Amino acid sequence: MKSKTNKILFYAVILLAGIFAPIIFPAYTFQLALLWMMILFALTWDILGGQMGYNSLGNILFFGAGMYICTIVQIGMYYDVAEYTAHFGAVKIDFTPYQYFSGLALGLVSAAIASLVFAVIFGWIVFGLRGPYFAIGTLGVAIAAGELVGAWDYVGGGGGISVPSYPGEPDDRALFFYALCFISAVSTFVFLKWLYSTRFKLALNAIRDDEEKAEAMGIHTNRYKTIAWSFAAFFLGISGGIFGNMTGFIEPLEVAFPTVTFGIFMVLMVLLGGKGTLWGPVIGAVLFHLIKEITWTYLLGWQWVALGVLIIINVVFFQQGIMGWVQDKWPDLFGISVDSVMAAGEEENSTKEVA
Amino acid sequence: MRNIIEVRGVNKSFGGVVANHDISLDVQTAKITGLIGPNGSGKTTLFNSIVGFHPIDSGTIQFGGHEISKIRVQKIARLGMLRTFQQTRIYTEMNCVKNMLISAAHHKTGWFDMFRKYPQELTERAEHLLEFVGLFSKRNLISGDLSFGQQKLLEFAMALMNEPKVLLLDEPTAGINPTLINGLIDRLKRANQEFGITLFVIEHNMRVVMNLAESIYCLAHGEMLAKGTPDEIKNNQNVIDAYLGAH
Repeated sequence: MKSKTNKILFYAVILLAGIFAPIIFPAYTFQLALLWMMILFALTWDILGGQMGYNSLGNILFFGAGMYICTIVQIGMYYDVAEYTAHFGAVKIDFTPYQYFSGLALGLVSAAIASLVFAVIFGWIVFGLRGPYFAIGTLGVAIAAGELVGAWDYVGGGGGISVPSYPGEPDDRALFFYALCFISAVSTFVFLKWLYSTRFKLALNAIRDDEEKAEAMGIHTNRYKTIAWSFAAFFLGISGGIFGNMTGFIEPLEVAFPTVTFGIFMVLMVLLGGKGTLWGPVIGAVLFHLIKEITWTYLLGWQWVALGVLIIINVVFFQQGIMGWVQDKWPDLFGISVDSVMAAGEEENSTKEVA
Repeated sequence: MRNIIEVRGVNKSFGGVVANHDISLDVQTAKITGLIGPNGSGKTTLFNSIVGFHPIDSGTIQFGGHEISKIRVQKIARLGMLRTFQQTRIYTEMNCVKNMLISAAHHKTGWFDMFRKYPQELTERAEHLLEFVGLFSKRNLISGDLSFGQQKLLEFAMALMNEPKVLLLDEPTAGINPTLINGLIDRLKRANQEFGITLFVIEHNMRVVMNLAESIYCLAHGEMLAKGTPDEIKNNQNVIDAYLGAH
């Protein structure tokens, strides 16, 4: 049972590192919080993109929807939203700690549930599409959502909304949001670890490998697809709510529905780490975030070029990603091996086949 | 019930191409029925119509006394009618055991069953069936890495795992080496006798279909050309003409 204690030790080290990292490196608290959020992005994208083989380019939709819903609930509980957004900048409204935290709690819950409902509704529309059409269809939905929100004055339109400010010291604020990011990413991981141990995962994999066959075998494919997407939406909705509060100001194109940055990063992180695995997205997200921050710091001006080179190398030479490569290299570790003991009656077949 | 599948006057066209014209046939319960015909005679189209893969233009299809011509693939599969594909279709990136587990019958599964783990009995049954088709030692390999013949056997085992009432097999021996074919015929017969599964088989290999089926239908140019016992079909002049191209 040595491997089991090793496993527990491994998880404990990660959890402790997660808890103490912002205390040891206080200057990097925001970056570390963002790292956990990236891990959450990658994990939720992989549910469809890796496990189910549906490459969604529009998952950012739920991030933005969650962000807006959370903010509107936070404001709407104590003020008139239309008035608040219309007076933006003119009046500074302070929320009491009770108002702030109760609003945030209810906001995050509403964001999660509303995103889940959106996934069910949009899933009903876009799951008729397959392959590249699904990718473009979802991208279209996300871009349309950004444009629609931008044209909606009630939520501030293209001008955005300033999110209620945290009632406390900046350092406490940073730690508070770090904790939220940390908890939501770890919860997502734990939830998916459980989900992937059930028959749900096999159904998703079956849809990925051959959806027509899965239908012919009587699997409720639409049910699985919709539920899988709504799980992704649920956690993305929460992350959107948290991120909106972290940045303090939200607007539709750059912050809430950033299809070309976060929306694409989710995909890249999973491709880098290895899709269809539990740890691949986590490893990919950590590595990607490191590379991104390093190039943004030391190669400023060339950072997008560096990122482009990384994408090309990844897609051309390293399609299986890190976890996929490990599995190809050491298949025995994953239990992929021929059983040396032959069952009765099998010998005749295999010898016949050789002959 | 004597006939588990009853097809009456089925028509199916793709644009101007008439794939099936006024087809009627019966598949007897717990028997093995064969379907033969030259390439392009409409056999696979008829299979697709029966399992609900595409809608039919007119006619009726009954399965166990229920009209199924308006029902879609997944629901028909859950009623207990499964088909295998001409181009073998398995879940190529999963190992054999997982291929088997996910093929277990879905007609009883409710919403919460989606999030259950597989019980030990099911894994045992999967392994038992893999042993039945001779893939036990390969059970942990990724199924896409198996040879074509082994993939066909796996697809057959997956169908058995689903415990269907009727199994429609589209060319089960195509691409399998001749020595393995005997083993496969034997297994098909055992599936029919031991598990009581009705088989309806498209087959080009005359030796196989004559050996296997108790009654045979022959299609040509989308129309029903002949039906009868293997001996009657063998000696039917129309069938011989259709196969030798005397038109």
